[in-house]
Order: sequence, then C-alpha cells, then structure tokens
Amino acid sequence: MTESVLWYVTRGAGIASLIMLTGVVVLGIVTAVRWQRPGWPRFLNAELHRSVSLLTLVFLAIHILIAVLDPYTALGWAAALVPFSSPYRQVWLGLGGVATYLIVAIVVTSLLRPLFGRTAWRLVHWLTYAAWPVALIHGIGTGSDTGALWMWVLDAACILAVVAAISWRANAADQALVTRESALPSRGQRVPR
Amino acid sequence: MTVTATRPERLLAGPSFDAGLEPYGSHVARLGEPPYGFAGPPLIESLERSGLLGRGGAGFPVGRKWRVVAERARRGAVVIANGAEGEPRSAKDRALLGLRPHLVIDGAILAALSFGANLVQVYVGGEHRSAVAAMRRALAERPRVRGMTLELVEAPTGYVSGESSAVVRYLNEYDARPMATPPRPHERGVAGRPTLIQNVESLAYAALIARYGAEWYREAGRDATAGTALVTVTGPVAEPGVREIEYGTTLRELVALAGGVPEDAGAVLLGGYFGGWGALPELLDVPLDPEALAAHGLGFGCGLVSLLPAGACGVWATEQIVAYMAGESARQCGPCIFGLGAVAESLRRLAAGTPLHDDLANLDRWSAELVGRGACHHPDGTAALLRSGLEVFADEFALHAHGHCSHDARRARELG
Amino acid sequence: MKKLSVDRIRCDGYGMCAEILPEMIALDDWGYPILREAPVPAHLMELAERAVDVCPVLALRLDPVLRDAVRERRAQRVHVGGR
Repeated sequence: MTESVLWYVTRGAGIASLIMLTGVVVLGIVTAVRWQRPGWPRFLNAELHRSVSLLTLVFLAIHILIAVLDPYTALGWAAALVPFSSPYRQVWLGLGGVATYLIVAIVVTSLLRPLFGRTAWRLVHWLTYAAWPVALIHGIGTGSDTGALWMWVLDAACILAVVAAISWRANAADQALVTRESALPSRGQRVPR
Repeated sequence: MTVTATRPERLLAGPSFDAGLEPYGSHVARLGEPPYGFAGPPLIESLERSGLLGRGGAGFPVGRKWRVVAERARRGAVVIANGAEGEPRSAKDRALLGLRPHLVIDGAILAALSFGANLVQVYVGGEHRSAVAAMRRALAERPRVRGMTLELVEAPTGYVSGESSAVVRYLNEYDARPMATPPRPHERGVAGRPTLIQNVESLAYAALIARYGAEWYREAGRDATAGTALVTVTGPVAEPGVREIEYGTTLRELVALAGGVPEDAGAVLLGGYFGGWGALPELLDVPLDPEALAAHGLGFGCGLVSLLPAGACGVWATEQIVAYMAGESARQCGPCIFGLGAVAESLRRLAAGTPLHDDLANLDRWSAELVGRGACHHPDGTAALLRSGLEVFADEFALHAHGHCSHDARRARELG
Repeated sequence: MKKLSVDRIRCDGYGMCAEILPEMIALDDWGYPILREAPVPAHLMELAERAVDVCPVLALRLDPVLRDAVRERRAQRVHVGGR
C-alpha cells in the first residue's frame, strides 16, 4: 500500500506543479500587460507571480524527490539529474528533467537579477515559453493518468489559459508600441531657423 | 555665415578669415609654442583663478571641472573636445574649429597633459563639413606629442548627440543617446576611464590662459563675469553670425554691432533652445553676462542670441522650436516621449488657433512636471523654453487660446 | 537615511511603486513616477523596500543620502516646525 501512496503523491505533485506553472506563466503575462481593476492593483500580479513560482518549485521538489526515493519506481538520482539517462520512458521522462533545469535557471536568475543584469535575465526568462510546453509534454508522455478524461480536461484548460494569455500579450504589446511610436513628431523635422 | 572679430580680439585674433583655418606655422609664429610645460596643477590653479566658465551651455567653471577629473585620473584619463554643436542656430563652435583649430587642439593637449591622459578625441558634428575638414587638416599637420593619440570623431547629427553622456556612449558603443547617470563621465567614461568632456571654445580659452595667465583673462569683462565669449546672432540684422564679445556687452550694443536696429525685433531667444525667451525692449540694456541674465531668469547658455522679427508670432515661434525639440528626443524615457509629445501636440493646436479647452492649462502644468524626470536634461530644456514662451508671449497665448492671433497669420508663419 | 531614485531609461511606467508607496510616489498623466525629493521617513522604509523589490524592471532604487544633505534637512525642519 505504501508504494501506491508514494506513487499517488508523486503524480499528484506533478499535476499540481503543472497547474502552478500554468498559473505562473499566466500571472507573468498579466503583469506584463499591466492588467488591473479597482481593488486589484498591479503590484499584486507581480507579487503573486513570484509567490506562485516559488510554490511551483515546492511541488516540483516533492514530485521529483518522491519519484526518485520511491522504491516502487526505482528511478534513482541519475534519472532525475541527468535527463534522458533513464531507460524508463526515456524521452518523456527526460523532458521532465529538461523542464526542471529550465525552471531552476529562470528562478535563480530572477532571484539574483541585480547580479546577472537585465539582458541575461530577459534571455533566460523567455525560456519560460520553452519550459512550460516541455513540462506539459512530459506530463502527457509519462503520466499514468493520461488516459483519463479529467486529465485531458485539465491539460486542455492549461493550454487554453496559456494560449489566451499569449495572444492577449501580443495584442497589448502591439498597441503599446503604436502609442509609443506615435507620441512624438518624427526626427529630422524642418529645423526652425 | 559671417564671423566678425570685434575688439577685444582673443580667440578670433589672427589672420583674415577668408584664408580659412590658421595653419600650425602661423599659429606658433603668432602665439608661440604651446606651453605644455605649464600643464598640470599650475594650469588648473590658473584656470580656477581666471573664473573661466564652460561654453557648452551649462557654464560650469572649467578649473573646477579639470580638478575633479585630475583627482580621479590615476587610471589614465581621456579628453574629449566637444564640438558637436547640435544647437541648430549656434555657429560659434564650428566657426572656431574652422578658423582656429590649433587653439582648440592646444587646449585639449594641455588638458590631457594635466591629467596624464594619453587619448584626445575631437568630437565634431558630422553635418559641419568645413569644420570637420579643417580639424582633419589641423590634426594632420600637428607635430606629435609623445605617447598621446589624437583622433577626430564625427558626431552623428542630432540635438542630444553633444550631451556629455551621449558623447561617451557614442565613443564606447556607437550609440549617441544619453545614459542614466551615475556613473558620471568624470568617474567612468570612455573605455571606463575618467573623462573630461569640454566644449571646444572652453579649451581654446584655456590654451590662451595657459600662455597669458588668469589675470590677462580677467582684464576683459564689464560686469560680474570676467572675460570674453563667442556669441551667435541670428535674426533681422544686416550681419548675423559669430562674434567675440566681452561679457557685459548689452544686447542693444550687440544688435548695433550686428548691423541691426532694436525696433526690428519683437523678442529674443537667449542661450539656445535650452535657454529662454526674453521680452524686448525690456532686455535691451541687460548686460550679456551669466549673472546679470540669471537675475532675469535667463542664461548665457551657448551664446546664442536669436532675435525674433517684429512681425512674427511668438506662439508660432515657440511651437516650431518645441516641435523640433520633441522630435529630437532620444525616446528612452516615458516622461520625455509622452510629455514632450503631448506638449508639442497642445502647442500645435494653440499655434494653429484650434486649441482644446485644457491645452493652455495643461501646458502650464506639464512644463513644471517634466523637469528632472528624464535621464538627461532634454525635457528640462524644452520645458524651460516653453515656460519662458508662456510668460513672454502671455498675451499672444491668451489670444490663441480663443482662436485668434494678433499677427497676420501667413506672415507670422513665414517669419516664425 | 535613504532616498528614492529611479533609472529613467529602465522605467517603463508599470506604476507598481506608486501603488505601494503613494505617500512618496505619484504618477504623471502617462503613468510614469514623480518622486518626492525628501528622504524616506523611517516608518515608510518597509514599504519603500517593497516598492523597490516589486519593480519588474528594477528601475527604482534606494540610495543613501549624503550626510550634509541630511543635516541641512534637519536644520530646515527645526526652523519651519519650531520644535
């Protein structure tokens, strides 16, 4: 019975991580587009984004630790630390390792941003758009719940949320650019004499 | 463009201007070898005693600036002779570069020797072709100073390309946009080294002070400020152009020297687009002296004296300048992009006589709010110009706010 | 004592700083910060640090105030307040 409990915990933590990660991506975009409502100031988006990302790490840590330590899975540390090294669902499991490293890099550069500088931080942060789909695919590929309807619904909801957020952001960025570019008269105007 | 050497001739003394730049041989025959031996603490002290003020527009004391760089120059400094002259109506720097480039180079080398700098870069506005050509010739015929590199750099066209941090950024990264400070150029500038950025006219005067001394420099000057300066006169006068005057010369005298009459001018822009409008005839007898002008809320700036023709509309003239300044924004800071943009828009409507209800009130508010909120002083300068326009042309603005203008609109547009 | 200052080039008008510390930061018509000149009073320091922390582009800073400026400000307060 113990084996099943640990196995459920690791799957549950994995799914929770995906939901948290989806939340992080959406909150990051909500911050970037400066969304706000009366009673919901913008800084809440930024602070929530940060808190949820740390929470994601917690669930991710549980997911990985239990999976590695669970005698039923017998995955071993190598499987977690070296992506694609385990023969068990090699590719799908490996992707999980990749996603984890990406997420860790993103979080570390964010926590130590003054050290890394804006350009480096931005480049790494954009890897979020790689980390999230990789995590999703890892879940679908390795997940024991993949067949279940509720899992499909969950995955679809996550995908919908991220796609909607991305298109919202693209639109807002376009508008912001137009506003910015049209604010000033063009350079090289007739120089008044 | 006319250049006139009026007494006392100091920078502009020497051979006829028709001959173009004064070659090194003539320069040395006339003034003697450059006094390189005087460089260092004795020269810096001399500059401090002379009270020489910077000629780039800010008027910062030259001696103090050199001292600040000297204190930090342990790692080897860089000297930049700033001849960008991005101010469209000012012509004094390119006149000086075109006629007496060796004075400027003397001053730059003296500065370099004073800080142990081994790199001098002369930064000249790329659009000033004859100044660039003259400086290139002058540098080519100049005897080498051991261990020192002298370079000519053509600055990109643009109002802000002469701003100190923009100069440093261009020389480091080929991007002539201002940077947020700190660090300031004298702390960390070109190649990370302490950098002196000094206007070419200031360096030329420093070269003369090195030869003749602080007391000599102070012999000129009628009012609180000692010395002489180059000014550019534009507008309804017979001989517009560059002159060398004593500080304390009145506006009335200068207009007469330029072959004009005060009645032909309705207002005057002093100091550059970074300066301000002054009312005429009230200002005619004010000495052109930084302290005397400051008492009237105006500045000497880069020595621009731009007369507005009597028939021209001050609102139009202000709008033209502000639209230009807004276009010249480096577009890095929100308050500059959106603030100047809104100011330019409101002014455009006011000038055209089709203002919105809040336009005039907004201009008043924005002109105060813009100050100090950009990475450089571009929005500050524009705001100052706007404020002075709102004051000096208050009646005219009030008319425009109701869709009228006291001047013939078409003529006003032609003149303004 | 510390003073708020903002890197005007990095600042992108997110406006979160003004939400957290309206006592010292206001926003102009386009959402860019207008900072109060005065040093941050002790009771607002925590909020000031939070505002610096939340800025998505790290534009807001707390800089130490030079001692002379602080002395001058204290002298002014005594003169005006009469305390």
